[in-house]
Formats: sequence, structure tokens, C-alpha cells
Amino acid sequence: MAFVAPQLLGVIILGLVPFLFVIWYSLNEWRPLTGEMEFIGLANYEQLSSDPTFYASVAASLLFGVAILVFNLGIALSLAVLLNQRLRGITTFRTIFFSPVVVSVVAWSVTWGFLLAPNGGINGFLKLVGINGPNWLGDPSTALISVVAVQVFKGVGMNMVLFLAALQSVPEEMLEAAQLDGASRWRSFRSITVPMIAPTILLTSILTTIGSLEVFAPVQLLTGGGPGDSTNVLPFLLFRTAFVSQQFGYASAIGVVLFAIILGLTLLQWFTRRRWVHDEV
Amino acid sequence: MRALRTKVAVFALTGVIAASLTACSGGNAAQSGPVDLTMALWSSNEAHLALLNQIGDAYVAEHGDEVSSITFEPVTNPDYIAGLTTQIAGGDVPDLAWIPEASGPEFVKEGILYDVSTVLESADGYEVDDILPAALTPWQDDDGSIFGYPFSNSPFALYVNNDLVAAAGQPDVAALSGTPDYTWQTVTDIAAATNAATGAAGLNIPTFTPTNWSTVTMLGTAWGAEPWSEDGTSCGFDSPEMVDYLTWYQDQITRGAIPAVAGNAAPAAFASGDVAFSIAQLSQSGSLDDTFDWTFLPLPSGPEGYHPIVGQAAVSVLERSENKDQAAGFLAYLTNPDNAALLAQFFPPPRESLLNVETLSQAAPKLSPEEIQAAIIDVVPVADVKAQNPALSQFTDKVRAALDPVWSGGDVVEATTTVCEQISPILEG
Repeated sequence: MAFVAPQLLGVIILGLVPFLFVIWYSLNEWRPLTGEMEFIGLANYEQLSSDPTFYASVAASLLFGVAILVFNLGIALSLAVLLNQRLRGITTFRTIFFSPVVVSVVAWSVTWGFLLAPNGGINGFLKLVGINGPNWLGDPSTALISVVAVQVFKGVGMNMVLFLAALQSVPEEMLEAAQLDGASRWRSFRSITVPMIAPTILLTSILTTIGSLEVFAPVQLLTGGGPGDSTNVLPFLLFRTAFVSQQFGYASAIGVVLFAIILGLTLLQWFTRRRWVHDEV
Repeated sequence: MRALRTKVAVFALTGVIAASLTACSGGNAAQSGPVDLTMALWSSNEAHLALLNQIGDAYVAEHGDEVSSITFEPVTNPDYIAGLTTQIAGGDVPDLAWIPEASGPEFVKEGILYDVSTVLESADGYEVDDILPAALTPWQDDDGSIFGYPFSNSPFALYVNNDLVAAAGQPDVAALSGTPDYTWQTVTDIAAATNAATGAAGLNIPTFTPTNWSTVTMLGTAWGAEPWSEDGTSCGFDSPEMVDYLTWYQDQITRGAIPAVAGNAAPAAFASGDVAFSIAQLSQSGSLDDTFDWTFLPLPSGPEGYHPIVGQAAVSVLERSENKDQAAGFLAYLTNPDNAALLAQFFPPPRESLLNVETLSQAAPKLSPEEIQAAIIDVVPVADVKAQNPALSQFTDKVRAALDPVWSGGDVVEATTTVCEQISPILEG
């Protein structure tokens, strides 16, 4: 107990206590600039239940989450497989793919804002090959996927490193034995490698889901929640509700609902893990 | 042993939570004797702060029995109101604060600002009547109370990059100013031609982003378009005038006169030299030099004539301040005619007596006397403040979401109809 006390103290003071306060604020109408705070029970949640903007925001968040999960894990695993080789200079490539992880999210987003501009780098490149690129961030049909791409490229390096470590723990003898038995590389990957790294897939899936539902900075910097509500994800809606509309109680209710969604998806992944993760001690 | 450790852990946890709740509670007891005042502002410009500290020190020297110190605290959050709100929510309430004009009516209505009219009117030599009525009205209620002094009352003007326009073979825009040909249509024709010839941006509004849509809708007054009725209770977005204006604006984007809107990124800066026309206030001139030849002109006319616009910033006392009377006393001193003249070094003043070339040239040393006369002195007395609404913060994001299709070639009628459907219930209260 003594060993974990400092960490526990930090979690309680900086995590648990503020969280309990958020739940309390969600039961109030609180406007800090006037100092008014009135207990209104579940009225904020009732208002949420009939707010079309909230539902649009939930939809955007879920779309965002699924897209990031699929692309991040898919690309990270593919990169890990490609980089899981003993070749000269392979470390350089691993470093290159990991480097976006340590770049400031603001600098990353602003730079991508320039690249995705109608006359930016990406459309400039497409023009060279005869393609008129869209207004990536101004078109409702491309804005969300553009922000997803920015976020995926930023974070894929972390999952790549985790998958790389997991791949390197797969016993080579098993893969050699499978090869001797005539199994193709794809069959070996599907039937041996993937089950062996399933715990890591579970870990990255949970962490990526949580992270994807908390994305804020790229939306704030690139799209401002638009066009329309296409990128108006829950963290951004929460921020605008609190600091623009000055409705701290309502924003707290959004925060509590976001927490419930993230917790629900995390628990869903955790309790369904036994169906596909068989390598637990 | 395990039961004992569990009990210790529970007591420790309870103690931490109790300490946290206690630390978060309560305010300070009212102070007797001289007080320390704080003012929140969004500028961290050293020259601004030096001047304010100079005025503050002079006030403390004269009123040491009431005020022992005045601290000017820049709010470093890029969104000033968000930063100020966070600070106040955390219990750190400044006595005075700069307030942007967009927040003015809402703050007045919500009782966030303290009525300083009695203090201003009774201050020796203050001359409330010297403040332009059009500048002061947004900071008053129906009873004539005064909730802020608009220390910055700055008209929007048209900056012209003469070198770019000439390189595109276009006429001298300054020569058109004051003639019937000086219209938005003429200016955007030149902007489109300049963009086509040079690749530079035609006409932009540097502060425009889809989130900050009011910087575009404000220009609709030249089409007779208003976003809401004068009393702010009925939506004007779906009016024929606003539809005409936004359709015209969309056409300018389509033909390249105005750059396409790309997400939430700010447009190119006029100072870059790659923008032919820029709609901005006096302060933009501070970032310009002799790299290219430029001119500062009044806004052009639209189908419904010439409609000048000003943007404001006010300084107010917060109702939640524990030192309201002392803060109001300092506000009266800070904004009296003598100190208003000092503030005019940086901010266009709302006082009629200070609307002269000599005073305003301090705020804009790079403008010629003719430019100051035409684009500021002649404009300010007849300009309207940007459209405000006491419920703006409640519906601004709904307008943003509904107007987004306008910037990308969508149906303007459908977009404006959606705006009114979304915001009418809020406007009606």
C-alpha cells in the first residue's frame, strides 16, 4: 500500500475528485460569470436526450472512433510486419514512422491544415498527375476522413511499436514448423501470429478507442466542428458548450455521457476478449 | 492486519476528498482599507502594458487610501472569453476586464457587469457627453446605466495592395474611392482579375473563419441585410436581402475573387503581400511596412449604399468583484479625457474631442492624414457597431453549422432557412 500511495494520491486528487465534481456540476445549472449555480437534478440529461446537435455529435464521434480504430490498427500492424525484419537501416524506418508520435499535436495539425488547403501541398501534388483535389476540410464528404487521416498518421507509430514488440515475441520455431508443413505466409500469419499477438491487439484496441473518442485539438484547429456538424465530435461540443455558450452544467452532462460511452465500449471489448484472446495467464 | 490497512486507506481517502472540497469552497472576506485591484485583458503587448501600468501607478499615488495596487493580467488563452471564464470559474475573479463587443449585450443582460454610470457622471471633468452615443449605446441598458467604456472604437476599412493590383493591370482603387464606382462589385471584379493574373488572394477578411461567421454577415448591411431584427428577437437570415448578399458572396468565392474557405484555418495575412484586398481595422496597419505600396480606404458601397461598421472593445467592472466601487473609481480615472488621449496612442477612441488627425496618427503612424480623415474620422460618428445579440453565445454554433454550406457552394436559401429554424426559438426567448 505504501508503494502505491503516492500514485494513488495523485489519481485521487487529479482524477477521482474532479470527476466527482463533474458529476455534481452536471446536476446543476452553472454559469461561472454570474456565479449562479442552481441544482436542477437530471434536467441537463433530459435536455440532452432531445438535443439534435448532441445526437449528431455522438454519431460523428462514433464514426470517428471506428474509422481511427480500423485504420490505425490496420496500418500499424502492416507497418510492424514490414519492419519486423533484420535488415540494415531498419531502425531508421522505425524511427521515421514513430516520430509523429512525439511531435506537438498543434504543430502537426497546423501543418496538415496547410497541406489539406484547397491550394495546399496535397492538391498541388494531385494537380501534377492531372487530378483536381477537393476542398478536403471544407467539403462535408471529406472533412471527417481528413481529420481521421491526420489523427491516424499522428498516432500509428505508437501502435506500430507495440505490435513490433509483440511480433518479436512470436516463437520462430512455430512459424518454421508451419512453413515446413506447407502453410503459406498468410496462413501462418492468420493462424499463428495473430492469435499469439491477440493480447497486444486487445490492448491497442482499447487504448485507441479511448483516445479516438477524446480527440479535440485537430478538430479545433482544422475544422472547428464543421462543415455542418460532420466533425463536431463530443469533446469539441463539450468545449464549445462550456466556454462559448457558458453552460458549464450542460457541458458537464455531455462529459459524463462521453465517459459512459468510453467506459461502455471499453468494458464491451474487455468482456468479449475471451472469445478471441486465448493467451491469458 | 488487512482490516487495519483497509481502514487506514478509507480514512486517508476520505481526508483527501474532504480537504479538496474545502480548498475549493468559499471566497475571501471583504477587505477593509486599501485594496488590490486586478484587470484582465487580452493584450500582452509590452507597450500597452507599460501605458496601463503608468496610468495605474498614477492612480495609486493619488488614491492610496482606497487602492494599494493595480495589476494588469493578460489572459493567455487564445480564446479570451474561454480563458476569462475558466479563471472566474476557478474563483479568481478580476475586478475589471476587457470585454469584446460580441459579448457586451449578453454580459449586460446577464448582470455580469457593474453599472458605473453614477461614478462616471460624478467624476470631475469626465464629460460623459463627449463619448459618441453610437459607441456607448451597446454598453447601456434601457435605463441609461453604463456598463462599460468602449476604449477601442475602431472602424473596418479596406486595405489595398496597390502593387498587386497594378501588376494585374487593374485601375487605381484609391482614385475610385468617393466616386459612384467605388462599390463592392467593382472591388471584387478587380480582386477576381488580380487573382486570375497573379495567383494572389483577391479579397479576404483576416479574422474570418466559419466559427467567426459574423465578420462576413456584418458586410451585408450594404445590401440592407441584418442577421436579426433591431430588438434581436426575430431572425433576419432568411430575408431576401441576406439571401441576395450571401449568394453574391458565394459567387465571389466561386469566381476566385474571395479565397475558398478551407476548414477553420485563418486566411492569409495582408502583410504577406499576397493579398490584394483585406477588410480589417486600424490595428492591422501596425504589421505593415514599406515592402509593398498599400492604401487604407473606407468600405465600398453596396446595393443599399454605404454602411460603415465599427468593432469595439470595452473595459468594465465585473459585478462579482469584491471591490466594485474602488474598481469603478479607477475605471473613471483610466477613461477620463486625459488618459483617453493616452490610450488613443493604441486604440481609436470613442470620444468626439479626440477624433482628430493629431490624436489618431499616434495609433496609426503609418497612415496618411488623408487616410485617417476619410477612413476613420469621417466614418466613426456615422458607423454602426457590428450586429450584437444578448443571446449570441447560445446560438452562434448553430449559425456556424447551418451556414457552412454557403462557403462551399451549397444552397443559400436552404442554409439561411435552416439558420432561422435553428435560432428563432432562442431569439424569441
